[in-house]
Amino acid sequence: MFTVLFDQGSDGRMYGVWLLSGLGWTLSLAFFGWWLAFAIGLVVGIGRTVENRTIAILSRVYVEVFRNIPVLVQMFLWYFVVPELLPASLGTWIKQMPPPWGAFFPALVCLSFYTAARVAEQVRAGLEALPAGQREAAAALGLTERRTYWLVLVPQALRLIVPSLTSEVMGIYKNTSVALTIGLLELTAEARQISEETFQTFAAFGAATIIYLMLALAAYQLMSWIDERARIPGTAPPARRKSLRLLARRLPEGASP
Amino acid sequence: MSQLDFSVVFDNLPYLWQGLRFSLLLTAVAFAAGMVLGTGLALLQHLEVPVGAQLARGYVALIRSIPLILVLFWFFFLVPLMLGALMNGGRPMPIGGVWTAFITFSLFEAAYYSEIIRVGLRSVSKGQYEAAQALSLSTYKTYRFVILPQVVRVTSPIILNQTIILFQDTSLVYVLSLTDLVGAASKLAQLNGRLVEMYLAVAAVYLVICCTASQLVAYLRRRTQLNQNR
Repeated sequence: MFTVLFDQGSDGRMYGVWLLSGLGWTLSLAFFGWWLAFAIGLVVGIGRTVENRTIAILSRVYVEVFRNIPVLVQMFLWYFVVPELLPASLGTWIKQMPPPWGAFFPALVCLSFYTAARVAEQVRAGLEALPAGQREAAAALGLTERRTYWLVLVPQALRLIVPSLTSEVMGIYKNTSVALTIGLLELTAEARQISEETFQTFAAFGAATIIYLMLALAAYQLMSWIDERARIPGTAPPARRKSLRLLARRLPEGASP
Repeated sequence: MSQLDFSVVFDNLPYLWQGLRFSLLLTAVAFAAGMVLGTGLALLQHLEVPVGAQLARGYVALIRSIPLILVLFWFFFLVPLMLGALMNGGRPMPIGGVWTAFITFSLFEAAYYSEIIRVGLRSVSKGQYEAAQALSLSTYKTYRFVILPQVVRVTSPIILNQTIILFQDTSLVYVLSLTDLVGAASKLAQLNGRLVEMYLAVAAVYLVICCTASQLVAYLRRRTQLNQNR
């Protein structure tokens, strides 16, 4: 069934190589996008819990805006709209970036900002789940607000939210496929191209599906490993013991067993 | 940078409204069908029905691991084949993008709703099942009158949040060239070259609808919590 992957495509490369190149774009988008999203989400999530009203409101606005516009529309905004709204010279420079990068960078920015809003909500939930005594004890020790967050609150909150960050990691790698709408040839786009050239739709989509499944499994295993390492002793619900039951317990966002 | 001119948006409001109506209809259909199928998938797993439970688990796992766009492509290709095999004597039956979208979103959302409902089923305390058994209610009656009403109550905020995400996801029918809100806007944008105004307007519409909806959900969540504490 998958023999088509070893046939030569219209550009002289094997179709399997097309898929691998698509996988490369998917992985780089997901990887770099994730770290940017994590960094921004951490800052915004902390911002939602600080006492300074201005910062708290700005963080809230960030989350509401980036969470409530579909990722496809955000993709179009970064790709079509932002270069037009910037000063002409800068906009032209962006529009003249050579082909893969011209789509890659808008997609990267889009996915980072979108996922960051969701990460921020998880970070906030983690911070709010900590007992008030943590903050009070830090104050009693004379730590400044910055040091309280950096040394006491954030490390604990992050250890608490590893499981819910898992679903955000899953989310960003799945959302990379939206980049095909602005012309980035990532995994799904390559699969569609192969199917259009060869009419071997089963093989093309099947191969892409298997790759996505393996990515999901890898991401899930990695996150459970991190969770096992980082978990605060005594906080784990007993149901969280078995690590190999991949899908039995991927809780949706906001669900608490 | 040229001056922004939103008159193109206002001139084409009927067409955009038509697009938005399709988005809303698709959301409603996928919500209803997805909830029914999702409850079925969750019950198959919860009751550990032989074979059915494993199939349901595999289906949910598969759908939740691959991107929606790929699922849309799959169904766009598969549904005519399946319908053909069932009703047309083996010949593929082309049904067009609209029906594909309805079927795909229903089946896709079913996987997500079933996860939420499954978690809800687990959160109902064991005493409820035992009490239903003590009253010698049948399995059907136990779930219909005792368990599921509680599950709906506990999970409704999460289900509604998922539905807001579903509404945002319907924009992806763009890849099937359908005329939902984004599809309508992009067709207009290409027609008269006003991409900036069109996409900004669409973003604003989504922002307003989804913000309002999530405020409502937050309100609902507060109310149900209050009732539980009483």
